[in-house]
Amino acid sequence: MAEKNKKVIVPIGPYHPLLEEPEYFQLYCDGEKVIDAEWIAGYNHRGIEKLSESKHYDQVTFLVERICGICSTSHPIAYCNAVEDLAGIDIPERAKYIRNIVGELERLHSHLLWVGLAGHFLGYNTVFMWAWKYREGILDMFEMITGNRNHYAMLKIGGVRRDIEDEDIPVLKKTLSEVKGKIQMLTEAVLDDPVLSARLKGVGILTKEDIKNYGAVGPVARASGVDIDVRKDDPYAGYNLVEWKVITTQNGDVFDKAVVRLLECFESIKIIEQSLDAIKGKKGEICKEVREIPEGEGIGRHEAPRGEVFHYVRSDGSNRPVRHKIRAPSYVNIPTFKASCIGETISDVCIILAGVDPCYCCTERISVYDKEKNKKVYEFSDLVKMSIEKTERIKKEIGKEGKLWKKLL
Amino acid sequence: MIEKLKEKLGDIIKDIKIHNDRRIYLTVDRNDLKKACEIIFKDMDARYQIVSGIENFDNFEILYHFSFDKEGGIIVSLKTFIEKERPEIESLTDLIPGIAWIEREIWELLGINFVGHPDLKHFLLREDWKEGHYPLRKGVKTDGREE
Repeated sequence: MAEKNKKVIVPIGPYHPLLEEPEYFQLYCDGEKVIDAEWIAGYNHRGIEKLSESKHYDQVTFLVERICGICSTSHPIAYCNAVEDLAGIDIPERAKYIRNIVGELERLHSHLLWVGLAGHFLGYNTVFMWAWKYREGILDMFEMITGNRNHYAMLKIGGVRRDIEDEDIPVLKKTLSEVKGKIQMLTEAVLDDPVLSARLKGVGILTKEDIKNYGAVGPVARASGVDIDVRKDDPYAGYNLVEWKVITTQNGDVFDKAVVRLLECFESIKIIEQSLDAIKGKKGEICKEVREIPEGEGIGRHEAPRGEVFHYVRSDGSNRPVRHKIRAPSYVNIPTFKASCIGETISDVCIILAGVDPCYCCTERISVYDKEKNKKVYEFSDLVKMSIEKTERIKKEIGKEGKLWKKLL
Repeated sequence: MIEKLKEKLGDIIKDIKIHNDRRIYLTVDRNDLKKACEIIFKDMDARYQIVSGIENFDNFEILYHFSFDKEGGIIVSLKTFIEKERPEIESLTDLIPGIAWIEREIWELLGINFVGHPDLKHFLLREDWKEGHYPLRKGVKTDGREE
């Protein structure tokens, strides 16, 4: 610690009004280099596990939806899986497909959101504008299916709450194929770009051992060659009824995390198309009637866009859970910063933190303090400038200045 | 899977509950917990998921969840009971680095002491939180008042 005290501390966080998860990183730096990192949490602790003990089983579905605005259907799916595991309920086939569709649409919108923000932090605002524009199509589909662009309230213990009408399916498929074309273009533009490769390759590497030690999940693990995906390994909803594959890459750097997320979008589209075909022209029940929840315990999980969501529910036979444990994927993904940030430069930390896809607030609020003089050295805007300048410098070095724009157009 | 667990863990297992073919709950003694976790996490190469702490009427219960992803998506939960008079258990931070946060969380919310944790300080609650006031215990209401 004495050694640490001599170094400059870079505080990142904790608040930003746009984002839902305030968090606070302290980077201990020696010059440009990060030598240690710490994370401080609890700025927005809402006590949802405690609240859940005071609500009945059906209310909890909506409570857990409020955990996160981006993954707002992932928590209900995991929670319903947990209660259905506890009570031994098998949901109707049509409900399984509808759960697939909602779950995968969420992955699409979340991954596009990530690509956009990652582009922004690297000084590629075109990528940001494009990704967020194409994400609108997905939100429109959500509105068509669930009535809401966010907080869909689709899930219910025993099935889903709303059916997808046959006459909506052609419109949904058309929107989906349009979005697919756009994502294809975006993927090619991002992955072939030499400047992005130079900025992202070899940065913030996580090894398989790091993944094992921290228990990291989702695209973070899959980018390091660990092919875990709850949808395949512990199938639920209708994921074993459709054809798709798990995307993995081997290098574990930020570039690979981007590749995994972009390619996963196409798998999600495949799942949605097959699920829509499967329910088209058929009728069937969408929800089983669940009268009571017996005594016991159940575990449910769901592969959210950021990784495995874990819910544990304990029942004593009453209408409220006795204990409800929730673990979101960022809880095990964020600690990997300790392994990925140390030894990197401050201008790269921005994108490494972003690479794990925590909710973003942190990076917007960077400012560097000189601890001895107790005054600001850099503001957030300076750091973004540094990051953009680095991109420009690389562009010049590899003689690609200005060509990117032509390529994108 | 059950056979494999029995073979590896031997008489460390005090009780087995098979909920269904993908969910197994094993009860182990508090003193054997570290050994059991080491076998499951290191030898059997399971993935550490999370720890759940529960307050029962007459004791505390801690569950360590491990996932066998490539062996049928089985979750093995190691259960151990701690008496209320002495709520403490050995920390597993040297075995599983990623466990440090949840141990801090259970310590501050349920009041279970993790012996050997290198940095047992407040995680979600503020630093000046009233000592000995554990919000996740059953006697505390959702608005924070104690009954």
